[in-house]
Amino acid sequence: MSAASTYNRSWLRVTALAFGFAFLYVPILSLIVYSFNKSRLVTVWGGFSTEWYGKLFENDQILQAAWLSLRIATINATGATILGTCAGMALARFGKFRGRTLLSTMTTAPLVMPEVITGLSLLLTFVALEQLIGWPQGRGMTTITIAHITLTMSYVTVIVQSRMASFDISLEEAAMDLGARPARVFFLVTLPIIAPALLSGWLLSFTISLDDLVITSFVAGPGSSTLPMVIFSKVRLGVSPDINALATIMILLVSTGVIIAGIFMARQQRHRQRDAQMAVALN
Amino acid sequence: MNKLPFINVIQSLLARLGLRGRNAVIALPYVWLLLFFLIPFVIVLKISFSQTQISIPPYQPLVQWVGDRWTDIRLHIHLGNFVYLWHDSLYARAVLYSIKVAAISTLFTLLIGYPIAYSIARARPTLRSVLLMLVILPFWTSFLLRVYAWIGILKDNGLINNVLMWLGVIHEPIVMLQTDFAIYLGIVYSYLPFMIMPLYANLEKMDLTLLEAAADLGCRPLRAFINITLPLSMPGIRAGCMLVFIPAVGEYVIPSLLGPPDSLMIGKVLWTEFFNNRAWPVASAVAIALLLLLVLPIVYLQRSQDRDAAGAI
Amino acid sequence: MTSSSIQPASNPNQKLNLWEDPAAVPYVRIEGVSKHFDKFVAVDNVSLNIYRGELFCLLGGSGCGKTTLLRMLAGFEQPTSGKIFIDGVDMSGIPPYERPVNMMFQSYALFPHMTVEQNVAFGLKMEHRARDEIADRVAAMLKLVKLEQFAKRKPHQLSGGQRQRVALARSLIKQPKLLLLDEPLGALDKKLREHTQFELVNIQEQLGVTFVVVTHDQEEAMTLSTRIGVMDHGRIVQIDTPKNIYEFPNTKFVAEFIGSVNLFAGRLIEDEPDHIRVACDELERSVLVDHGISAAPHASVWVALRPEKIQMTLEQPAGAENWTQGVVQDVAYLGDSSIYLVRIASGKVLRVTRPNVSRHDDSITWNQTVYLQWSGASPVVVTG
Repeated sequence: MSAASTYNRSWLRVTALAFGFAFLYVPILSLIVYSFNKSRLVTVWGGFSTEWYGKLFENDQILQAAWLSLRIATINATGATILGTCAGMALARFGKFRGRTLLSTMTTAPLVMPEVITGLSLLLTFVALEQLIGWPQGRGMTTITIAHITLTMSYVTVIVQSRMASFDISLEEAAMDLGARPARVFFLVTLPIIAPALLSGWLLSFTISLDDLVITSFVAGPGSSTLPMVIFSKVRLGVSPDINALATIMILLVSTGVIIAGIFMARQQRHRQRDAQMAVALN
Repeated sequence: MNKLPFINVIQSLLARLGLRGRNAVIALPYVWLLLFFLIPFVIVLKISFSQTQISIPPYQPLVQWVGDRWTDIRLHIHLGNFVYLWHDSLYARAVLYSIKVAAISTLFTLLIGYPIAYSIARARPTLRSVLLMLVILPFWTSFLLRVYAWIGILKDNGLINNVLMWLGVIHEPIVMLQTDFAIYLGIVYSYLPFMIMPLYANLEKMDLTLLEAAADLGCRPLRAFINITLPLSMPGIRAGCMLVFIPAVGEYVIPSLLGPPDSLMIGKVLWTEFFNNRAWPVASAVAIALLLLLVLPIVYLQRSQDRDAAGAI
Repeated sequence: MTSSSIQPASNPNQKLNLWEDPAAVPYVRIEGVSKHFDKFVAVDNVSLNIYRGELFCLLGGSGCGKTTLLRMLAGFEQPTSGKIFIDGVDMSGIPPYERPVNMMFQSYALFPHMTVEQNVAFGLKMEHRARDEIADRVAAMLKLVKLEQFAKRKPHQLSGGQRQRVALARSLIKQPKLLLLDEPLGALDKKLREHTQFELVNIQEQLGVTFVVVTHDQEEAMTLSTRIGVMDHGRIVQIDTPKNIYEFPNTKFVAEFIGSVNLFAGRLIEDEPDHIRVACDELERSVLVDHGISAAPHASVWVALRPEKIQMTLEQPAGAENWTQGVVQDVAYLGDSSIYLVRIASGKVLRVTRPNVSRHDDSITWNQTVYLQWSGASPVVVTG
């Protein structure tokens, strides 16, 4: 390979990356920039202003919706993590048990199925259940949370299953060999080691729940409007500057989280490398 | 000694229900999914056979007792909904249109996503993690808000038109919002991370010495890419395409915010039938039709995932 | 250093090994054990006895079933048929955490999120012992494996040899009736391996624990074991002391598997109680063996001749059998000995080793014509 061709190829790659990231980020950056636009027309610049942030915090509807969404997201993330971990462990470690294919399909299908289908089916189920046994009474936070858990547990299952695939099974065998019953093996050995994967599963479920619109719209009831529902009803009518402000806040929170996570993982990696090198050198 | 005594409590509780150990772990998610995922589909099926009526809920029950004895039941199976779907060309057109849009969008997402994934996979390791983080960041940002951002960019006095007019390139705004073009753009943009990630995962694991061996045997870089890299990345391509195509077929938010008001995307059609027309049985029939449509791709995805996990190409 | 005979306690004057004593009760009884994975037979009707205090090695190539057998002893697999008894107790259906058996894993399987101390203490924690007792026993064990100053370190901060010692300490601290070791020395470099081999034997003798070791490395098996069980395709081919396995292999497979060997196909032409004569196509003269074997008349047999049992001379020997002539094709100088590849008239290449007794001996070199001879006691005749 001549030096010229490698040079050309890397130019190609840099260009691809530049355009690719521009495409990904221009919309996001535009949201942020326009949130500081004094003009109500959002996209026609009228001067710098932070008034929309103030207006945002006076908007009761949005604040209430945000609070509801946060509560639902937290309960959902915790429930989904527990259920998803059970399913992930079962699929990864329990070999061929009766009904395994069904469980596998049921946990992966929600990942790709269009939300209109799952949303509709869940609503019809809640209606039928209410007719049959009187629960759930009306649609609201409970039904939304159940729907979200059903959707997001698939993500946790996939994460846990793939983490367990690269998990050294001899660690679990060693623990059993030393006298630990399966439950203790899980809590004392497996869980601490896969904890980062569970955390990322929790965060993923949290984020998906916070952002979900379609399924939520189907299973929500009067008086239980989540944040995405409120945002959607506003933006259907056109652009709205307080939504830009809200978007900017959310983007900043997410970015901070992702960056901190990235730095933390990089640091851990460096520490491990250093320790390993030290061990070899000192012996 | 027992740092976690509550395990014993939960275990004894479950044991009393007849569930010990493994079975309890399997049963928990199983029961949940049966109740809230599988049975719902059965219910959708049941209601698709029912007739709309003014009641709460707005459909006729499947089984109705018309007398005092439990044998006096009448079964209401109404195939009219499916007949209606079949005859009204709206639905056929909607299905075909949705598939077309999803397929073309998937293609473009692949064409744009592949170079990005490839470039990240071949970058220096330190740079790689930063770039990956930059790709993941939009993925964690709200889907809804990212679609909303395009409204501000595509509208008549939006970012693109303002810039082009300011530059003097155009004098009249180009209509981009509420067009089919906007739907394509929206899908490609929103689903790009879902395409990049499986592609990257696959490309990153590729053994680069294969390319070195090819070069050593006299193969030029472009041919090496076509004959070696591309075939080896097929699992990633398959996964990425399915992860974009399947949900895109039933998309609602993007056509609703960015597309024309009479857009024929089937997700929107279902929504309209349900919320605007209160025609629950018809909506159910549409859902069943959509499901049947997607069964093949979903099964294909499942099979190819299993095959790739087993190491075949 | 160590004698590999384990004396039954009741007969201090008798020089019988436990496995030779008909009155001794085996500690581990494996009776007719088979393991099938769908159609694949991993272990095929294996029966063997292991006695208390032995260091028993299961030796074989990849896929011979030795690891599966070990895992059945540990409880990670259940036999498809047959039974396993440890100290008289039937282990059918008993899970690993309830067996008096501990295992040292090939990858060591140290818990990465725990310190060395916590790793070693784990087994005692599972027994719900008092904190003081645990601390004392862990300290004593760390002292035994010479890792006291590494107690607070985590596994990734240790070298390979140190990790291995932690794994050993962790598996020994519960004073198991049986310790299973899966390729214990595989990950170590040669010098460390030699050193660790002797250390393992010392620790085993000190603690009196019965060891079962699985390995594919013959040298390891020969150094460590009191007895070796050679396995091939799921079956036990021969069980005996290292010396007997080497000097008295019972099949062609064992003869070839252990060490190097020169094999000749032949026919029995004389079969007497005190000697036999074999005619081999590849040798011009017959092979005279000074003991009898049990075989059918005119049977096809294999003659196995170890490289170190062949003498190379430059002068033609006098006798009518047990010698041949050849040309030195290759010489490999290994420092303490040399290997010679000698091509004889039939085209076969024989392998001969010779210790380098003198620093200046250059008498035998490439393309030299040499005479190879051996005594009647040297060849081993196997029937298959």
